[in-house]
Amino acid sequence: MHAAPLAAVHQPDIDSERVIRIERDILAKNNDTARQNRARLAATGTLALNLMSSPGSGKTTLLVRAIEDLKAKFPIAVIEGDQQTDNDAERIRATGVRAVQINTGRGCHLEAGMVGAALDDLKTEPGGLLFIENVGNLVCPAGFDLGEAHKVVVLSVTEGEDKPLKYPDMFAVADLLLLNKADLLPHLQFDVGRCLAAALTVNPHLQTLVVSAETGEGMAAFYAWIEARASLSRAAAVAQA
Amino acid sequence: MHEMSLCEAVVEIAVEEAKRNDATRIRSLVLEVGALGHVDPDALAFCFSAVSHGTLAENARLIIERIPGSGWCLDCAKTVPMTERFGACPECGCRHVQMSSGDELRLRELEVE
Repeated sequence: MHAAPLAAVHQPDIDSERVIRIERDILAKNNDTARQNRARLAATGTLALNLMSSPGSGKTTLLVRAIEDLKAKFPIAVIEGDQQTDNDAERIRATGVRAVQINTGRGCHLEAGMVGAALDDLKTEPGGLLFIENVGNLVCPAGFDLGEAHKVVVLSVTEGEDKPLKYPDMFAVADLLLLNKADLLPHLQFDVGRCLAAALTVNPHLQTLVVSAETGEGMAAFYAWIEARASLSRAAAVAQA
Repeated sequence: MHEMSLCEAVVEIAVEEAKRNDATRIRSLVLEVGALGHVDPDALAFCFSAVSHGTLAENARLIIERIPGSGWCLDCAKTVPMTERFGACPECGCRHVQMSSGDELRLRELEVE
């Protein structure tokens, strides 16, 4: 037998190379943090809603109106997510409630860790509402749990009525669909029935409301939806204490 | 582009596991990505080299394994292949299909030294 070349004798790869089985979910870390946020919000009986939509659906206008109409009944705090600028938080602060702006920079969605950090600054009051306005995007925010009680998707009638079929993930994870800008319906070829049917195809459990943040049409039903859930959150916190 | 933050999570988990196993370098990672999920494998691969720079995973090979979609059809009472999320059953045409695989995003294994 001839002498083996030096490298073959040394066999560094066989000695030092190992395969580690991991089987870890990439979103597990976000989900853990979301769970911590949820526990924190539950302890104060805060109802947190994660509002999601494409850019320009009227989310901030809707939020400003809801805050004006609900601020006498609830302590309200807002977390605003945008890629850049403090503009939306400024619009919210003009209503007199506390708002924290998160700029995600290159990010296209909010993550649980960002919301956790914002909660440190906000100090939610017992029995209050927390609105989290996600980055305008119908795709990515659907995949990230923030620790909210409910996901609310806002779609406006100036967008296509087949949006729920084109972006099914968002409508599948949402608990409530607000079909906004209903005041524009007389000027548009938008079939509300077809749009809601499309949304229910991807999520048969989805609740739907047709609203206009501009005129206030349908907003009372949204407030009733919020109030019913806020009292559940409060009752759960009292039972826990 | 959420592939960037997903990549950060991949590298974070990989580095954490590698350190726990006293590894000095990660040679390759096997990532399972479901075909029905909202993750683009090409974008993941693109982001990976940027995100792994300066970590134990620098220059590691990212192996992406696609997991095909399938679901349980309530009407046919069996598992059927799915090509789109919330799609209809390919056999009976009804939409009573609950996705059972195809949404994975999991780091399966690492090869380290």
